[in-house]
Order: sequence, then structure tokens, then C-alpha cells
Amino acid sequence: MFFDADLLTSALRALTPILLAALGGALCERAGVFNIGLEGMMLLGCFTSVATCWFTGSPWLGVLAAALASAAYSLILAVGAVTLRGDAVVLGIAMNLLAVGLTSFLLRTVFGVQGTFDDPALAGLPLVGAFTPLAWLAWAAVAVAALLLSRHVWGLRLRGVGEAPEAAATLGVNPAAYRYGAVLLSGVLCGLAGAQLALGNVTLFSQNMTAGRGWIAVVAVMLGRALPVGVLLAALLFGLAEAAGFRLQGLGLPQQATDAAPYVVTLGALFLTTARRRRTRSAPGVVS
Amino acid sequence: MNERVRGALRSPLTFSVLAGVVVGALFLVGTGADPVAAYTAVLTGSLGPDGIGATLTTATSVLGMALALAVPLRAGLINLGGDGQLVLGGITAAVTGLYVPLPGPLAVALALLAGMAAGAGYAVLAALCETRLGVPLLVSSLLLSYPAVSLASYLARYPLKEPGSSLPQTRALPDGVALASFGGSTVTVGLVLVVLAAAAYWFTDRRTALGYEIRMTGLNSRFSAYAGVERRGLTLKLMSVSGAVAGLVGAVGVLSFPYRFVDGSLTGPGYTWTGLTAALLAAAAPLGTVVASFFFAVLQVGGLAMERTTEVPRELTQVLQAVVIVFLAARLRLPRRRSGRRKEVV
Repeated sequence: MFFDADLLTSALRALTPILLAALGGALCERAGVFNIGLEGMMLLGCFTSVATCWFTGSPWLGVLAAALASAAYSLILAVGAVTLRGDAVVLGIAMNLLAVGLTSFLLRTVFGVQGTFDDPALAGLPLVGAFTPLAWLAWAAVAVAALLLSRHVWGLRLRGVGEAPEAAATLGVNPAAYRYGAVLLSGVLCGLAGAQLALGNVTLFSQNMTAGRGWIAVVAVMLGRALPVGVLLAALLFGLAEAAGFRLQGLGLPQQATDAAPYVVTLGALFLTTARRRRTRSAPGVVS
Repeated sequence: MNERVRGALRSPLTFSVLAGVVVGALFLVGTGADPVAAYTAVLTGSLGPDGIGATLTTATSVLGMALALAVPLRAGLINLGGDGQLVLGGITAAVTGLYVPLPGPLAVALALLAGMAAGAGYAVLAALCETRLGVPLLVSSLLLSYPAVSLASYLARYPLKEPGSSLPQTRALPDGVALASFGGSTVTVGLVLVVLAAAAYWFTDRRTALGYEIRMTGLNSRFSAYAGVERRGLTLKLMSVSGAVAGLVGAVGVLSFPYRFVDGSLTGPGYTWTGLTAALLAAAAPLGTVVASFFFAVLQVGGLAMERTTEVPRELTQVLQAVVIVFLAARLRLPRRRSGRRKEVV
């Protein structure tokens, strides 16, 4: 059997980091900040979690440190794009580059290794059932984000800030505060995503280990039209592609083909949804 | 000091570069290194007699990729698929060089053209995704890049692999199928080609109607559309040029030492991202892009020298590059003095 429970389990494992990061991206999108720095925030989370876990021996402190570090890192985007009104796209690209440089630099200076830091003493996250607690948290976060955005006053105001900042300001809602909140939350979520990737999916840090997952998360935000459940479905698609790729590799397909599979599948899904959306609605989608 | 010089000193650009240097110095102090010694090592290692060849070789690739990304950036389009276009250009040039039975110079010319065509074709594919299917160029170009890199990697590891070698590389190109190099250095005619491309870009930008249309689109795309600039056509045109230049860089890389396609050798040094950084730093202006590319090539090569002499990891230069762009993107600038000085000038 090609499609079986194992495949689904590994798909759900693969999707967790994407889902966490994409939820952060969706919040930013709703608040009107285009966040393409997810990749960099995630990568920083990977490194911080591994470094903290190695020095303290506790994966939980690693998770906490990753969330804090990525939130602090996301301040670059908040200050640059919200307060100084800089270009969010350029800032995001720069943050991704900075994270690659910074983590490689720290890998060399802190651990004295190049490429990969892998130590048997490094403790990974424990499993609750078949998944790490962060994976369960990610699914809970989908529900929380969905309720927050559709029911809670904070979420409604956040959407208001994203859709009509002047109108929101007239009603006494401070757009900048909500945007800062969204960006910082995306930082926390990306930090968790990085911790899941480095201490959950594997137990190591390697240079540029996010390998485009942050970009896939950006695409998942577009695919899911910045809706939490939509983002979940988009991330699931990617998880399935990655898991199916591994399975096919076991069946003799070259690694290069399976490496490319998630990106091709994502692109294909993007074609299908945008084509359908354009046929059914002439108005532009949520994502500009 | 006249107003122009003062304006340049106060510009966000100067501030960003200075901020990058200062942040780098803080990192150096943090690791216990002497910033002055480290920066000196960067400069002497990259511009000294031992390093200048390597700097010019690196500058060839960085400037090439910077141009490839600057051309669409001038119109406000960001092509993030440089890596894919670069390797497709490289592998196509390698296949052409290996299998086309032509005398050396003709094979080289054909390999360059084939590399450019491959890069251009792939970039146009990304552009079509935006103009026909509504997938933003930023995302389509980036996502398309991964399968291209995987394909080239597959070709170099399996069908085209050099028999008997343990390295993931194609066979070496036949004798004579190589770009001429200057003296005994690794600097090839490729540098001349890339500089010619920069000159062509400068001419187009400054002296032609197309260049004006591109700049207008970059400044205000709605206004330029109103004024009659056909956006879809312009996107396809700019992306094909962008991909062709990226493909050229790949072809030049293959037709220079080590005269073959080695998996990872084109994407490993990160020319695409360094090039993008340089293009962003210069806001895609032709002369600025050349200067910024050379600056980053100096950093990249000098970083290696710094690592050798001061044991500071060369990745620091990558941090520096990104910090410069972070500051620039946030449009920070030195605070203008509120004293009466400006009034004197006015």
C-alpha cells in the first residue's frame, strides 16, 4: 500500500513546521504586513533551540529560547515596516539572508563546526502519541487562530487594521499596535516552527536547514487565503508531497526528483487555486 | 564641502554601509577579534596582489547575477529564481560544449548562447506564471528554482556524470572549449562579457525609451500603465533578459576553471543572493550595481583572507551584507541637523 496510515503520519510530521510558520504569516497578512521573512525567523529558531538545548540539556528551554529569539528577530520587520514604513519585501529578504549568515557564523564561533552540528547528547523533543507536543500545539493553534479571527474582538480589529487602517484608526484602534502584535506573534510561531524542525523532526542543526520551508509557508498563506483552516490544508498538501517523496525514494526514485516534488506540487496547487479563483471572482483575493 | 557631497554622506546608502561596518565590528569584538586587523585583512586579502584575481573572478559572477536581478528590479519586479536560471544556463552550456562537434571558439559561442537561451526560457516561464496564471512573480520564480537545481544536480550525478569519478560532476569540456583567461589568472573573458552587459544596461537605462518606460514602471506602475506601458509584455521582456544574463553567468562559470559542470559549484557560493543584495543596495541603478557588486566581491573574497589570518569565520561577511540591506530597507538615515547651516546654502 502506498497511501496508508504511516504515510499520513509522516505527512503530519512534515507539515508541522510549515503550519506553525504559515499561521504566523497569515496573522501578519491579516494585519496588512507582508511577511516573507518566515524562512529566516524559522532558521534562527532552529539554531537557538539547538544551542540552548545543548547548553542547558533541556529541549523545553530550547523551545522557549527559540520562541523568544525569533520574536526578538521579528522586531526588525515590525520596526522597519510598521514604524519606519520601509519596504517589507526587501526587509523580509534581508532578514532571510541575515539569518543564514548569522546562524552559520554562530555555528562556527559557538560550536566550532561547519555545516552540521550533531551530538548524541542533544535531547530531542519527547513524543506524545505519535507526535511532539509542538505538533499538537500547532493544531490547537489553528483552532485558536480561527476563533480569534472570526469571533474575538482582537481578531476582528486585527482584520480591520489590515483591510482599512484609516477606518480602524478613526474608531480608536491603533493600527501600529496590532501590526506589532501580529509580527511578534509570527516571530513566536516561527521560533516554535524552527524548534520543531531542529528538535522534533530531527535532532541537529545544519546550515540553512529550513531549505525553503519558510517560503513554502509564505505560499501556504497565499494558497489558504490567510485563513487558518485554509493554511492548514495548504500545509497538509506540502506535508503529503514531502512524505510521498520519501516513500518514492525508498522505491528507487532519485533523491533529486523527490527533493523537487514539494515545490512542484505547491506551484501546481497555486496554479489551480488562482485559476479557479479568477474564474469565480473578478475581485482580487485576500492576498495582494 | 559642497551640497552634493554632503547629500551623499547623509544618504541612507552611506548610513547603511557605515552601520553594516559598525555592526560587523561589534561582532568582531564579541568574538574577541581585533576589528581593525580583521577589516585590514579583508581589504589586503581581496585587493592585494594575491587576492585581486580571485576578487575579479568572484566579481564576474556577482556582477552578472546582480545585473540579472537589477533589470527587472528597475521596474519593481523581483526575480528570486536566479539560482534555477543560473544552473540551467550552466548545465546547458556544459552539454553544448561536450556534445557539439564544432571547433573551439564556435563551440564556446554556441555554449554561451545556449546557456543564455536556457536561462531566458526558464525565467519567461516564471513570468508567464504571473501574467497568465496570476501567481506572483516573487513566488513563482522562487518555487521554479528548486526543480531546476534538482534537475541539474540529477544530470550531473547520473546521466552526464564523469565515469570513474567520485565527484558529482560532468566530464571536462574538450580542449579549446574554454573562455580565454588573462595571463595565468582565473579571470576570463567572462568578466569582459559581464561588463559589456552592464554597459548595455546603462545605455538602455539612460538613453532609450525602453529604459525610461522601465524606470517609470518601477516608480509608479499604475501611472505608467495609464501612460501606455504594456505591463505584461514588459514583464516578459525584462524576465527574458534577466534569465539570459543569469544563464550567461552559469555558462561563463562552466566555460572557466574547472571547465565542467560541478554540482553545487554555481549555487554554493550564493552569487544569486549576493547579486540580489547588490542590486537592492544600488536600487538597480546601473553604475551603482557595478560598484555594489565589486564591494560585495571584495567582502566575499576578503572574508576568506580574514578567516585565514584572524580566525574569524568568513560567514561574518554574509552577516555584513544582510545588515546593510536591513538598514537600507528600513530607510533609516542620519538625522538632519536642524541648525541654520542649510539655510546658508539655500
